[in-house]
This record gives sequence, structure tokens and C-alpha cells, in this order.
Amino acid sequence: MPATAIKTTALCKWFGDGEARTYAVREVAFEAYFGEMLYIVGPSGSGKTTLLSLISGILRPNQGKVEIEGVDIWDLPNDALAEFRLKRIGFVFQDFHLFPRLTTVENVAIPLILRKCNWDESIAEAMKYLEIVGLKERAHLPPVKLSGGEQQRVAIARAIVSSPDILIMDEPTASLDGDTGKNILSFVQKNILNDKRCIVIVTHDARISEFANRILRMEDGKLKRIDSNGDSHEK
Amino acid sequence: MRGILKIAYKLLVNDSSKFAALLLGITFAVFLMVQMTSLFAGILNRASATVINVGADMWVMDPAVQTVANSIPMPDYVLDAVRSVRGVRYAVPLYSGGALVRLHSGAYQAVNVLGLDDTSLFGRPKLIEGQISDIFAENGFIVVKDSEYPKMENPKRGTEFELNDNRGVIVGIAQVATSGLFGVPTLYTTFNRAIQYIPSSRFTISYILVEPKNINDVARIKQNVAALGYVALTKEEFMKQITNFYMFKTGLGVNLLLMTVMSFVVGLSISGQTFYTFVLENLEKFGALKAIGAKSHELVYMILFQASFTALTGYGLGVGLCSAVIALAKFRLPDYAAMITFTNLALAFFMVLVIAGISSYIGVRKVLRIEPFDIFRG
Repeated sequence: MPATAIKTTALCKWFGDGEARTYAVREVAFEAYFGEMLYIVGPSGSGKTTLLSLISGILRPNQGKVEIEGVDIWDLPNDALAEFRLKRIGFVFQDFHLFPRLTTVENVAIPLILRKCNWDESIAEAMKYLEIVGLKERAHLPPVKLSGGEQQRVAIARAIVSSPDILIMDEPTASLDGDTGKNILSFVQKNILNDKRCIVIVTHDARISEFANRILRMEDGKLKRIDSNGDSHEK
Repeated sequence: MRGILKIAYKLLVNDSSKFAALLLGITFAVFLMVQMTSLFAGILNRASATVINVGADMWVMDPAVQTVANSIPMPDYVLDAVRSVRGVRYAVPLYSGGALVRLHSGAYQAVNVLGLDDTSLFGRPKLIEGQISDIFAENGFIVVKDSEYPKMENPKRGTEFELNDNRGVIVGIAQVATSGLFGVPTLYTTFNRAIQYIPSSRFTISYILVEPKNINDVARIKQNVAALGYVALTKEEFMKQITNFYMFKTGLGVNLLLMTVMSFVVGLSISGQTFYTFVLENLEKFGALKAIGAKSHELVYMILFQASFTALTGYGLGVGLCSAVIALAKFRLPDYAAMITFTNLALAFFMVLVIAGISSYIGVRKVLRIEPFDIFRG
């Protein structure tokens, strides 16, 4: 049985109050394990992005708990939570959010620089990760000179450069064509996923479902079903 | 922290068009502010030229005198009375007045004549040609070689001119610290020759120059002079009085203030707006940094660093540009009365800090308000 990376308990998030209260996430409980790629899927407005924000420590829930490796992250003070995110969670954003005024390698080095590592050492370390994602030759170009797929790989390199346990990917294939999207996910599965890492991906791209270990299906803020290896069970 | 600031630096300077616009705004504002205040400082300095060049520690004058150029003659007994005040080491008369001279070519030229005490020649200028004793020669005058000197048709020793039908001869050429404000050449002669050659009222002493025995005597001298119905000012007080006159009793001060405020507003508008746009364009990136794990105070440091770096660079460029323009102007126009003082620089620096502060405040507010969740929501 793999170790639990993320555990949520009765997680709720609503916006507004009284009659205007709208639930974005309602009573969601699930576990994600190390060594797995967990997809969160669902139609637009189903609460999957909100859930991703809740479990990654950037949106405070109204109820419930999020534990990452046994640590209730929402019990941490703000600065400690930011430090926790910096050290334990890697992010790949839908629009990559690379800095166009920095070089590719400087973009990758950002988490290390935020961790107050020496600049030159951070750049050297970032270069290793660029090599892993196959972009060492383009290290000194600005990201705008790279293709969409290459920018995605830079974003992945930035997310894993500080060796986080949890990798959060928001719509990683939304800006890519079908083949490039599949290549990226295949790359992630082969090179980034390992027994000490859990990858959570929010997507509505059915073409990449083959790479998931489990698929968590959301609807109207509720967890409807978890599919696993072809099996599925209703919640 | 240095790494974060290096990121901030690269984000700023690598966006060359925005950085150039920011620098342009601040440089322009600093240039205008320093230029305006330097011009005013130059005018004030020149307005006090006689006070600076004569160099007396204390000046006794009629209470109605507001600037050194507009003296009100005092009777001779005042000089005797001042000399008798305890604490006065010595007191000498000074004549200061305007006159018209007829030059060798036949042209007329307005001049400022300073008549020095015949006995001591106190307040005499530094001579670059001739001997100071030559001032006692018949019809002897010393001309000051400053930016106005060519208006006297570049006289040499022995050059003659007419002053109210009296013959005048240049016996020496002098140098002084500061040229006068009104663009006329300055001639030095003795007090008695000055009052003899230039028509004047019953009273002839423009100022009484006083040397106190020590600094503690200044108050007593002032008190005794006040009892005579006159006023005694230290050199600094007299210069301050002249400054106040030009600042508050002429339109100069208000115009300067308006121009300085306008420069400030122009700089603030250009820099503030450009910096705000710069922050807005990078807002999502700052949000992404927050999501990754950057703390709010680190983002604030980044913004403050960017604003301060731009402000200080713009300040340096502005001061450099202003210095170059003033140097060029003085090269082409010797009369150009601009002078960069530490006060001008400090004022411009303060205003630049205010511009940087307001610009960064707007940026910081935006950055602190951005929620990492907004990055996920797109």
C-alpha cells in the first residue's frame, strides 16, 4: 500500500453568505498517494480548480482539513504555509506564467532563489533540470522564443527544481495541441513521477486520461466518482 | 534576498521600453526641478554678490533696506556712533551705487561702483593685474574681470573713461567670487572718490562694515545699532534678507514654486503611470511567485527595489543632464546665473523619493491584493 501524500476530510469551500452562499466544493474527502498521477476532472464550474487551490495551500477552506504527509497545512501561519509550498509543492500553471524578461534557466531557478540559494548555484541546478526536460540548449533564450510545448517543459522544470513531494498541474495540455500534450504527459509519467512524488492534475482533456492512475470526477462541487485502473466507484 | 532583488532588477531593466520610459520621466522631472531651483539659487547668489565679495562680518544699514543694491544713505555720525559701540573692533564706510560711464568708443555703459574706505580699503578685491595701492592714484579705478568685463570694452591698465565729466583710469584688474545680478560691470575706487564723482544726497554712507571683536559681541552691537534707529545684520542674515526679498516680495519665488511643483507632477505622472503599467503587466507573474511560495514582504521588497533603483538612476541622470546643460549654457552665455547647491540636490532627491514612494505604493497595493487563486482561475 503506497503512503498517503494528500488527505482531505470533509473539505468545503463556499463563496458569499446567507442566501447568496454558493458552494464551490462540498464535503470532498479523498486521498492521493505517492507514486500516482491523480487526475481531477469535471465540467466547467464543477469546482476542480477550487479543489486544486484548497489542496495546494493557496485558498483557505471554510470547513474540513487538508493534510499533506500528515501536516494540516491550514493550521500553518501564512509565512510558514508559503515556505511549505515552496519546499513541498511544485506548480505548473495553465498559462505557464514564465517571466518573459528572464532567460529560460533563470525562470527555472526561481524556486531555488526564493529558497535563498546562491544565484550561481541556483542557475547551475536549474541547468540540470533543463537537461532533464531536454532544453539545455535553449537555457539562455527568453521563454517567448520557445514553442508552447517547450514552455510547458520549462514550467515543469521550474516546478520540480526544488524536488517537491507534490506536483500540482493545472490544465497542463490546455495550451498545447493533442500530440504535444500527450508527449508532455508521457514525459512526466516516465521522468517526473516516482515513488516519492504524487502528481495531481486538473484537466478536462480526455485525450490524456491514459496516463492517470486514478481519476477523481467532480460535479457541482461534489466528488462524484473515483475511477481507478479502469474500475470506478460512486461516492 | 539578493537573489530576489536580482530577479527584480532583471525584470525591470530587461523590459527596456518601460524602463526607458520610467527613466525618462524621472530624469526629466529631476532635470526640471534642479534646473529651476539652480536658476533661483544662482539669482539669489548674484543678488548677494556685493555682500559675498566685500566679505564683512556685519553690515549696518537703514532698516528699510531690503537688498544690497538698494541702499539708503546714512549720515556720518552713525559711523562714529558705531565705532564707539563696545565690542566693535573697527567700522568702515562703504559706498555702493550705480553710475553711467562713457567709454573710449563714446558708448555709455551702466556700472556699479563700490567705494572702499580710504584708510583701510576694507573689502578690496583680489587683484590679478596691478597693485591695490594704485587705487589711490589720480582718478584710479579697479575693474572686475567677470562676465560683464567685456561690456567695458575689455579695458587694460591705463584705459581711460569718463564718469560724470570726471576722468577715470583703470589702474588694476580684479577677480571676485561672484558676479552681480544686474549684468553691469563693477568698478572699485576709494570712498571719497566715489562720493566726489557720483552725485549723491546729503548723506553718503551706503553701508557701514563692522568687524566685531568676537562672536559674543554681535548681539550687543545689534542692540546698540538698533538704539540708533539703524539695523546691524551679520553677513548671513543680510544674505538671508536678500533671499527672502526675492523669494517672497517678488514673483520669482512663486514662479519657482509653480515650476518645481509642475516638474514634480510631470515626473510623478509619467513615472507613476509607467510603473503602475509595469506592475499591472507583471501582476500575474507576481501572483505565480506568491503561489510558488514567495512571501508578501519579499514581493514588496522587489517592488521597492525596482522603484528605488529607477528613481536613483533617474536622479543621477537628471542631475548629470542639468549639470551639463548649465555648463554648456555658462560656456555660451557667461551671464547665465544658475548654481547647483546641496539644497537643490537634496530637494530634488526628496521629491524623487516621494515619486518612488507613491509609484511603489500603488504597485505594492496591487501586488499584495493579488491572490494566487486568481492565477489558477485564469
